[in-house]
Amino acid sequence: MTTKASRIVDKVRGSRVWRSVFRSGTGSSTLHRALAIQQNVFLHLFATKVRKRMVRFSSTWYLGTLTLGTFLILVITGILLMLYYHPSVPQAYADMKDLQFVVSSGLFLRNLHRWSAQLMVFLVFAHMFKVFYRGAYRTPREFNWVIGIVLLLITLLLSYTGYLLPWDQLAFWAITVGSNLSSAVPLVGSKIHFLLLGGNQVNANALLRFYVLHCVILPLAAILFIAVHFWRIRKDGGLYVQQSEPKTQAATDGTLPAKEVK
Amino acid sequence: MTQKLPAEFDRRAFFTKIGLGSLGIAAAGTVVFTYEFLSPNVLFEPSAIVNVGKPENFAVNSVTMDVNSGIYLVRADEGFFALSAVCTHLGCLTAWNQDLGIIACPCHGSKFTRTGEKIEGPAPKPLPWLKTSVSDEGDLIVDRSIDIPPLQYLRI
Repeated sequence: MTTKASRIVDKVRGSRVWRSVFRSGTGSSTLHRALAIQQNVFLHLFATKVRKRMVRFSSTWYLGTLTLGTFLILVITGILLMLYYHPSVPQAYADMKDLQFVVSSGLFLRNLHRWSAQLMVFLVFAHMFKVFYRGAYRTPREFNWVIGIVLLLITLLLSYTGYLLPWDQLAFWAITVGSNLSSAVPLVGSKIHFLLLGGNQVNANALLRFYVLHCVILPLAAILFIAVHFWRIRKDGGLYVQQSEPKTQAATDGTLPAKEVK
Repeated sequence: MTQKLPAEFDRRAFFTKIGLGSLGIAAAGTVVFTYEFLSPNVLFEPSAIVNVGKPENFAVNSVTMDVNSGIYLVRADEGFFALSAVCTHLGCLTAWNQDLGIIACPCHGSKFTRTGEKIEGPAPKPLPWLKTSVSDEGDLIVDRSIDIPPLQYLRI
């Protein structure tokens, strides 16, 4: 049974169609497995080889991966919610209620979106605390920490812009208060407030602007920075492991971070 | 023997300057264009000028709130005045508390007197007085876009 199944798998992997898509070959040698990572557009962000202790649960608690998981859930459920949601006044509120009471699985999807959003903010903070207390932000990973800060801001802005979309009293006043914070910026505060809302008060323009920010601009920015964030893990010498880089070993270590060009 | 021109008249440097200069102008133009595009020229917002009705409708020593326009119309012994009901802290709508005789904000606990002065809370400024006038028909008109110095009562 096992041999028959593996024979079928081998046959598929050896077929011309498969080989035209995955060019790393059918073997299971270290080279083949490394090529499978290196020649894949998504996986090539990551290292072809990692140390076992880097991927142990105890070293990271998988908090970054879990954050990515919530982000993917949010993208999928968010796109589905967009199919029933009109960002207009007062239709937005009715659509939100329809999602809860009329659309099949609408309540489930909306709650999944909402709870994943809460969880993502929690996980981002947990991830940052874990990185901070392990000292994993230190050289040569300091730039990846900065990208992480940018991702934190994007996460919070996604939360904030999404908060207006139900168009209920809570949303209205939260955005009234929140957008007024921008008025405190010296000199250009009221201009920023005006551009953010597309008017002087939280209105149809503000709803549409927050919708576009929430569904297009901020997710694209997030995807871009997530890609750089992951790629930098490889470039900075893989996931940080305590005592993984003793100075004597570093000279022979094949996974050294890219050297600064002098 | 041809003499070499000084470096600053080099043809390559000249074209580099022209190129960078025009890119800079284009970038500045893009910033202006984007800013203009993002600022709406027509707004479908309620008018800043509110007709609150006849002065006789307001009893002496009364505070009347108009929730829709976010203003208080106060009739004191000295005369009429209008006060913005929008909290100067972060823009929440305040409410008049008849029993305590104060204006209170539900969001972050700022409290104001009837004349808009702050009693306590995070509000950085007093509630502004708004320009009031009487129309030809004898109605009280409040212009929410014009603040006036406090204690300028409208006597009728």
